[in-house]
Amino acid sequence: MWMLELPPFTLFFIGGLIAAMTRGKLRGAIMVAIPVISAMHLWTVPEGIHLQLTFLDYELVPYRADKLSLMFGYVFHIAAFICIIYSLHVKDTVQQVAAMLYAGSALGAVFAGDLLTLFVFWELLAFTSVFLIWARRTSRAYHAGMRYLIIQVLSGVILLVGALFYAAETGSLAFGYIGLDSIAGWLILIAFGIKCAFPFAHNWLTDAYPEATPTGTVLLSAFTTKVAVYALARAYPGTELLIYIGAAMTCFPIFFAVIENDLRRVLAYSLINQVGFMVVGIGIGTALAINGAIAHAFNDVIFKGLLFMSMGAVLHMTGRINGSDLGGLYKTMPKTTILCLIGAASISAFPLFSGFVSKSMVMSAALENGYDWIWLMLLFASAGVFHHAGIKIPYFAFFAHDSGLRASDPPRNMLFAMFIAASLCVAIGIYPAALYSLLPYDTGYNPYDATHVLAQTQLLLFSALAFVWLNIRGMYPPELRSTNLDVDWIYRRAIPNVLQNVFAVIWKADGALRNAVRGRLNQCQSFIASKHKGLGGLLSGSYPSGNMVLWVAVLLASYLFIGFVSKLTA
Amino acid sequence: MDINKSNNEKDNKQYFFDNPKNTKWVMNIFYACCVLVVVLDFVINRHVYHSWENLPAFYPIYGFVGCVVLVVIASWMRTFLMRSEDYYDHPDDNYSDNPDDKHSDNNSENSLEKATDENTHKGANNQAENKKIGDHDVDA
Repeated sequence: MWMLELPPFTLFFIGGLIAAMTRGKLRGAIMVAIPVISAMHLWTVPEGIHLQLTFLDYELVPYRADKLSLMFGYVFHIAAFICIIYSLHVKDTVQQVAAMLYAGSALGAVFAGDLLTLFVFWELLAFTSVFLIWARRTSRAYHAGMRYLIIQVLSGVILLVGALFYAAETGSLAFGYIGLDSIAGWLILIAFGIKCAFPFAHNWLTDAYPEATPTGTVLLSAFTTKVAVYALARAYPGTELLIYIGAAMTCFPIFFAVIENDLRRVLAYSLINQVGFMVVGIGIGTALAINGAIAHAFNDVIFKGLLFMSMGAVLHMTGRINGSDLGGLYKTMPKTTILCLIGAASISAFPLFSGFVSKSMVMSAALENGYDWIWLMLLFASAGVFHHAGIKIPYFAFFAHDSGLRASDPPRNMLFAMFIAASLCVAIGIYPAALYSLLPYDTGYNPYDATHVLAQTQLLLFSALAFVWLNIRGMYPPELRSTNLDVDWIYRRAIPNVLQNVFAVIWKADGALRNAVRGRLNQCQSFIASKHKGLGGLLSGSYPSGNMVLWVAVLLASYLFIGFVSKLTA
Repeated sequence: MDINKSNNEKDNKQYFFDNPKNTKWVMNIFYACCVLVVVLDFVINRHVYHSWENLPAFYPIYGFVGCVVLVVIASWMRTFLMRSEDYYDHPDDNYSDNPDDKHSDNNSENSLEKATDENTHKGANNQAENKKIGDHDVDA
């Protein structure tokens, strides 16, 4: 079978080429067909290594399929399919081509069996996705895209250095368990961590995603961080450090999300929060925890996509996305409102929605393995995510005060894409066994026991009650037009300012030094000049005729002397 | 002008939450659910994984207190993290895509009421402008 050796990314790259050359309905049809065909093919692919070649002395494996990579392969196909339908109305070739290449790069990365192939797709992810940000065509998006690109490429470069160290240490480039026993392990973890939005390296995400186009953000939210989660799950399962990093990731973004005005930036913060749950699961490393992390990545792609799509629809129809400008849209966008509420219920992990069946696995695993404080943090983060993503997003966009905006529901393709995502959220929530059967381990986990359901419902209802109470008391922070400082302040303000000041001092010192030296030179010159400028001096402009006569006399005398000496010798 | 007129006609239509009775009704259902789940806590015999869960109404209290603490801390963070909206903007850049950025630069003193008033007030005459923004299509 020739198809078997064809890695899934090739079809998407070919699709990208075709999308660049076609227009209109034909392009739409081809772009929708590609993920469908590719997914049907992937479904038949068995586990194992399907492509292998030798480069220099190293074995490269560009196409390896196992349960872990297949799981991400499936969800990336679903995400690509939904995003393409969502963006069918877009007539911007740059975006359509970038979408296909970006989805292809993500697929290439998860099926990469060696570090070099992974590096290539790692960088391709950055270079293809940045066009989705630049396609917004505003100066703000351009600058945000630049920062995004620099950080992503930096992550790739660190990955390459780590891979070289790894090859030197082990003599192989195979991408499997790496661990933290060597320099290579740490370097590769840092590279993965940047893409995974670890604390302090997270800011590229909240900086760039909200600046992308309404359709571009949906794509961005699906692939980059999930590829990083996949890479962590493959290389660092059971690394204890990840538990603490992940727990920090679940907690700190929710504070920023509560005070953020741009609703897509709120979602970007909650994306970090959700990835935190996955990182904790990978760090715990038991079968249940890894299953939970992967299942949550799968669900997150869909419900976070749904939320970004609903906010993209609001931005597309009203031209606004700030909570302070929106409100009351349920009146004229009822379908978007309902779809958004389904996404909100899923991310908040309400029973019968998809988030519940995967998040509870990670929480149970934390408790089973004795990470009590981590469990409390995750519980706090669960309440917090409901607070900002579950209530704040729909409340400020669709309810709250009436903004006077009367935008209608978005085009049908957008609604249909959101409908597919919403159905998946509900279907997985009601029948999780289908999702569980795809997971790498069989744990016989059942999320729907009375204890879990009751505990989660209590937690969520009372966080909602807190929201209501705070709103009635007038203590809830109002949506204000503002920028909130985050880590990006360091590289957007502090470092430029420090550099500016440092260089100002350096230029000043340099100028003073030059002036001092020049002054000295001038002084020397004038000193020499003053010594010799007298009448008949060495540097004098005029000579007295007496001098001339004297020199003529000297000349004649030497002439006489030479003549005399030459006569004598002759 | 035409847009404004049709807008006003539309506004006369009563939507679900325009009626305070409906809002109250929804809130009452919500409060009833809250009471119900707390009562269920004492009825259902659930297995406990951790000793903290033995505390009466552990989850409801944790959820409520957690969220209040979250909001209080977040509000406090605003006092030192919040800057004006164009804090990072380059002075020479021209943001033609955000036409209303210039004439309302709300600072931290602004209360919700004021922001609300301004927005509802703006709403009607901004309709034409909105339409334009919607049409100019950010991703076309």
